Amino acid sequence: MSESLNSPGYEIPDELQGTVAITTLDRIYNWGRRNSIWPMMFGLACCAIEMICTAASRYDLARFGMEVMRPSPRQTDLMIVSGTVTKKMVPQIVRLYNQMAEPRYVLAMGACASGGGPFKEGYNVVSGIDKYIPVDVYVPGCPPTPQALLHGLIKLQEKIDQQSLKEVPWYKKAPSEPIPVPVLGPDIMDPRDYEKIKQFTLQPVTPVQEEELSA
Amino acid sequence: MTEQTLTPTLNLEERFGDWVTPDTRKGYEGYLVAPEHLIDCAAALRDEFGYDYLASLTAVDYLPDGKMEVVYHVSQSTGGAPLVFKVQVPREDPVTVPSLVSVYPGAEFQEREAWDLMGIRFEGHPDLRRILMWEGFEGHPLRKDWKEAYYEEDTKPFKSRWPAGQVHRVEDTLPFGKNVKYPQGFDPEKWTPVEEEALYASLKRVPADEDLPTEQLIVNLGPQHPSTHGVFRMAVTLDGETIVDLKPVMGYLHRNHEKIGERNTYLMNIPFTDRLDYLSSLSNNFGYVLAVEKLMGIKPPERAEYIRVIMAELTRIQNHLFAIGMFLNDLGAFFTPSLYAIEERELILDTFEAVTGSRMMCNYMRFGGVARDFPPGQLERVRDLAFNRLPAIVDEFDAYLTNNEIVRARCEGVGVLTPEQAIAYSTCGPVLRASGVPYDLRRADPYSIYDRFDFDVAVRYHGDVYDRYLVRMDEIRQSIRILQQAVEQIPEGPVIEGKQQYQVRVPAGEAYGRVEGPKGELGFYVVSNGKPNPWRYHVRAPSFINLTALAEMCKGNKIADAVIILGSIDIVLGETDR
Ligand code: SF4
Repeated sequence: MSESLNSPGYEIPDELQGTVAITTLDRIYNWGRRNSIWPMMFGLACCAIEMICTAASRYDLARFGMEVMRPSPRQTDLMIVSGTVTKKMVPQIVRLYNQMAEPRYVLAMGACASGGGPFKEGYNVVSGIDKYIPVDVYVPGCPPTPQALLHGLIKLQEKIDQQSLKEVPWYKKAPSEPIPVPVLGPDIMDPRDYEKIKQFTLQPVTPVQEEELSA
Repeated sequence: MTEQTLTPTLNLEERFGDWVTPDTRKGYEGYLVAPEHLIDCAAALRDEFGYDYLASLTAVDYLPDGKMEVVYHVSQSTGGAPLVFKVQVPREDPVTVPSLVSVYPGAEFQEREAWDLMGIRFEGHPDLRRILMWEGFEGHPLRKDWKEAYYEEDTKPFKSRWPAGQVHRVEDTLPFGKNVKYPQGFDPEKWTPVEEEALYASLKRVPADEDLPTEQLIVNLGPQHPSTHGVFRMAVTLDGETIVDLKPVMGYLHRNHEKIGERNTYLMNIPFTDRLDYLSSLSNNFGYVLAVEKLMGIKPPERAEYIRVIMAELTRIQNHLFAIGMFLNDLGAFFTPSLYAIEERELILDTFEAVTGSRMMCNYMRFGGVARDFPPGQLERVRDLAFNRLPAIVDEFDAYLTNNEIVRARCEGVGVLTPEQAIAYSTCGPVLRASGVPYDLRRADPYSIYDRFDFDVAVRYHGDVYDRYLVRMDEIRQSIRILQQAVEQIPEGPVIEGKQQYQVRVPAGEAYGRVEGPKGELGFYVVSNGKPNPWRYHVRAPSFINLTALAEMCKGNKIADAVIILGSIDIVLGETDR
């Protein structure tokens, strides 16, 4: 760790080696963040069980400084979407996401969270959480093994390493816009889609569509 | 076997005259009851014949015949095969059937489910709201003429994928790029949402007091709450800290298991059953293959039977370990007991991984056997677990927890369910047995080869949270006993009848296969019409039905105890919501 932190480009005199470190602000800032990611205690489905196993002693998330799982979104940095996202649940997930303080990250764990998974065709299943909130890391598997989840978390650390204070959105002047919370109507509705929905439902049915519908 | 378990010896026609007619369709069993006599008939079955336990209630849509059918499986709480009776009604809106909640309170949630998914209106139901989908959802999805947004064909494998092999998916042609559809003429901006008033209105209120005005306090726990074991929600009315009424709200993990299951071929469903109760996938496999084997009329070879029992009991042990660990989490002993439990569970998962290829989603049992034999060395490993490691672990748990002062103070006398209530609410598994009802399907209606083993049915008599914990501990011990006998007795031989097939031939008919899963009676009701896909595929989910009694257990307790009462039921949301 100290190696990547301490890349001075300056000669540190021998007698000060190990006493003085020269680094960049970005590096030390990211170093702190990458080693203390607090995931949200938030389980959706089967994958959550593997997430719990990852946190337990055999795989031990604590090695990465990530064992502090918080049930409150206000205190967390990372949302591990661990399981099938259903339409009934997605409004809550978006609200939880909006409540997380920045910087915040989302890891889609497993086939379901990444793209719908085995239940994709179901009438209550969302084809991946990225239809609603931005995702940083996808971990494939059904369920991903704890090793796979750890790999995903290491990838997230690598992503954090790449970020720079100058560019990150959470130090911009204006606060970032919350994501509109989907609404449960006859089916799930994303407020951003209203125009599109109207175009489709309020137009008279064309003969071609009619044929398709009855086929 | 089939004859003996399926045909009840009692003669209902003698007692009920023309209220009932035997179901004579080929491959079907039981009786058809006239809707107008349903309640009387059920009450008589309960009071005169001892069928006091409603095991399962579900509906089938016989679209080609223009009929809807509600299927009831009732059992005697003293044991024995279930009795089936059905009600048929014409398939025109509104489809109405009398509600059986007055006879079997355990029907409450199951009828709500049938209303939600099949659109059957149960007359006289006290609180008929949707249960898995939300109020305002368009349509009743399990009806055969209801099509989801990603609908392609009625059954799999879809022609666009196989055998031609040109993959084009319906989702690519949908206008929103999402799994949604809206009725024609729907305007999202001129639409009034159906709020959750119905839910809150259904909650009982604190009785008004003239002298002391009390505030109504409604608290929602969940769906994102550390104690709800997933995405489960409870709406609670409080008087001070005391629970006046409670309604579970579920469906946050409703993954349309049954709809997908009816499109799948029989074999395709096995991996889906893994994901029901994802902590005990092998028990789920077991129940499903039993149901289909009943239809096919085949039996697995000896070695496979033993392997199934070994795997099912290992599953029970690891499930109970996990349940106890999580239960102590709920009690406030945060994570330390779970860490111990999970450590032991990992040992069993290693065996699962070595034998089945996966830690959790084992997809291991097949119709007529199991997918593959134990690899070399694994049986010895199981033997070591059964004789050395696991017994020591249970003792250790016992020493740390059972007489712990805080555990006892928090658990004893909390969430009491009397035996009568436990039976009436159709609870099952450890919840039922902790209330003093020694009903364990491995003894009550033995399946597979459980009649060969020497073990006791764990039972306790106080019906409180503490006894549910004790029953789980006892059950681990009994499972270890079964394991010890099974690893000693297991014979050599093939592990599957005939050769493995992608497509099995399942004759037309119906079957209800059930096993004693770690959570209780896990039943699969399968209707075949002779095609490669089931016509109806229903799961009788123990965690779902156990929740019917949750309100009863919680009333009068403190809100903090609702958390441990829920923990003591041990629900898994994948199964609750399916
Ligand atoms: S990816 Fe698989 S294991 Fe994970 S939630 Fe989905 S079905 Fe369950």
